[in-house]
Amino acid sequence: MTDEPLLRVAALSKFYGSRVGCDNVSFDLWPGEVLAVVGESGSGKTTLLNCLSTRLLPSSGTASYRMRDGQFRELYRMSEAERRFLMRTDWGFVHQNPADGLRMTVSAGANVGERLMAVGDRHYGKIRATAVDWLSRVEIEQDRIDDEPRAFSGGMRQRLQIARNLVTGPRLVFMDEPTGGLDVSVQARLLDLLRGLVTDLGLAAIVVTHDLAVARLLSQRMMVMKDGRVVESGLTDRVLDDPRAPYTQLLVSSILQV
Amino acid sequence: MTDIATYNFAYLDEQTKRMIRRAILKGIAIPGYQVPFASREMPMPYGWGTGGVQVTASIIGPDDVLKVIDQGADDTTNAVSIRAFFRKVANVAVTTETASASIIQTRHRIPEHPLSAGQVLVYQVPIPEPLRFLEPRETETRKMHALEEYGLMHVKLYEDIAKHGRIATTYAYPVKVEGRYVMDPSPTPKFDNPKMHRSPALQLFGAGREKRIYAVPPFTDVVSLDFEDHPFEVQTFDQPCALCAAENVYLDEVILDDHGGRMFVCSDTDHCEKRREAGHRGHLAPESDPTSQTMEPAQ
Repeated sequence: MTDEPLLRVAALSKFYGSRVGCDNVSFDLWPGEVLAVVGESGSGKTTLLNCLSTRLLPSSGTASYRMRDGQFRELYRMSEAERRFLMRTDWGFVHQNPADGLRMTVSAGANVGERLMAVGDRHYGKIRATAVDWLSRVEIEQDRIDDEPRAFSGGMRQRLQIARNLVTGPRLVFMDEPTGGLDVSVQARLLDLLRGLVTDLGLAAIVVTHDLAVARLLSQRMMVMKDGRVVESGLTDRVLDDPRAPYTQLLVSSILQV
Repeated sequence: MTDIATYNFAYLDEQTKRMIRRAILKGIAIPGYQVPFASREMPMPYGWGTGGVQVTASIIGPDDVLKVIDQGADDTTNAVSIRAFFRKVANVAVTTETASASIIQTRHRIPEHPLSAGQVLVYQVPIPEPLRFLEPRETETRKMHALEEYGLMHVKLYEDIAKHGRIATTYAYPVKVEGRYVMDPSPTPKFDNPKMHRSPALQLFGAGREKRIYAVPPFTDVVSLDFEDHPFEVQTFDQPCALCAAENVYLDEVILDDHGGRMFVCSDTDHCEKRREAGHRGHLAPESDPTSQTMEPAQ
C-alpha cells in the first residue's frame, strides 16, 4: 500500500445562495479505506458527496484525486470530458434509488456491459462473459441476465447497480444510502456482499448514510455532519463507542434498541 | 408561368433559404453533426418530408433535374406530390431516372444505380438523433455527441444479440461518420448503408419536425457500428426480383391475393424498369409488354 492518499479534500464549501450545503470540509481518503459520512437529513452529507463526485460544483475549496499514473489532479479544474471518463472508469456511484443508476429498459447484462462498451470494448462474447461473472459475484442468478431490472426486486436492483459500477475495476466508489429502502434481511445480505467486495477489491469508498449500523459495519473511519459542518471525525469504533461532540452523543443515544 | 408568380422561386423566401444553406454548409463542414435550424411550416404535414423539402428548396436552381423517391418508388403519393410541388413552385425539370437527376430527394432508400459526383441525395429524416430511444434527454444526447460517448449505442446492439442471437436492427442502422459522429442514416434499410461509404455524391439530411440538418460530404467514411464477433451484415434475399430477375438489390414483398400468394420485386422502380427495358425478365414478368409501367404480375 502506498503512503499517499487517494483523495485530498481541502476546505470544501457549497452554498445554495445564502443557505449552507456543506461548509469547510477537509479530509484525506487513503486507498482501500471506507469512510462513512453520517448525520441527519439536511446535514449536507449528500451535498458533500455530490461535490466530491463532481456531480455538483462546490462554491469554494479543492479536491485532488490521485490518478492511476500517480499524479494528483484537481477535480474541479478537469475538463468535463475527463471528469466523465473518470466517472465511468475509475469511479463508481451507487445511488440510493437503483432506478437512478440503472437503465431500467435494457437487460441486466447490458447494464453491466455498458461501462465496458463505453471504454471501447467491442467483443460481444467477452462482454457477456464479464457480465455473467459479475452477476454471479453479486448473487444474481445467471438466467436473469436477459431480464430487465424492472423485473427485479429492490435488493436485486441494488446489487445489479453495484455490479454495473464495479465492472471496470474502479478504485473509488461513492455510495448514497446504499441500503435505504430495503428491508432488514435484504439489507444485511447487501452489507455482507458490499463488505466482501470492498475487502476483496481493495476499494476505497465514501458511504453516505443516516444509519449508524451501516457505518459501523462498512467503514473504518467516519465523519459526523450537522448543519453542513463536520462536528466529529475519527475511527468508526472510537466515534460510536466514545462520542465526544454533544451532537454525536445525541445521535448515538438515539439508536433504537430492540 | 402565371401560377408560379404567386410564390417565390422554390416556395421558400430568400432569407429562409439563406439560413438553411448556412446550416447545410455547417453540416458539410462537420460531417454527421446535427445542425439546428429554424424549420418552417410547409404546406404538408410533419412526417411527410418537410425537412427534405426545405433542404431541396434551398439548394435547387432552375437548371436542376429533380427525382423524388418514396421507399425506392417514383410513383407513390409522397413522391408524386413532392415532384409536382417543385414543378409548380420552381418550374424545374423532373425525372424518374437516377442517372440523369442532379438532385434526388429520398424517403428511406438509396437508389440501386450508383450515384456519381455532382449529384445530391436529400434524405427525409423523421428522428435525427440515433441515441434518442436510449437516452430521452436532448441535453444529455448533445453532451454525449460532444464528448464522443457512444458506449450506449453499442448497448442497443448488445440487446439485439442478447434477445435475437444477432443484430436485429434492419433499418436506421447507426453509422459512424469520418471516425467521429454517430449518425442515424434515416430509416433506410441497412442494405443501403454500404452505399453511403465514400459515396461520390453529396448526402444531405433534413428533419423538419425535429429542426435538424446534417450532411455527409462526398468521399466520406461511413462505417456501420458492430461487434468484433458479430460483424455488420446486410440483408440477403433468397430469390431474385420477380419482374426483372435482378439479384443483390433490395426487394419489397408484394401480397398478391388472400391465399398467401406473394412476390418479391425491386423496391427501386426505376432500376426495375430499366432492367426490363434492357430485356431482363423475372418469372412473374408480364408476357405481352415487358416495359409496362404496371406492377401487376401475369396470372
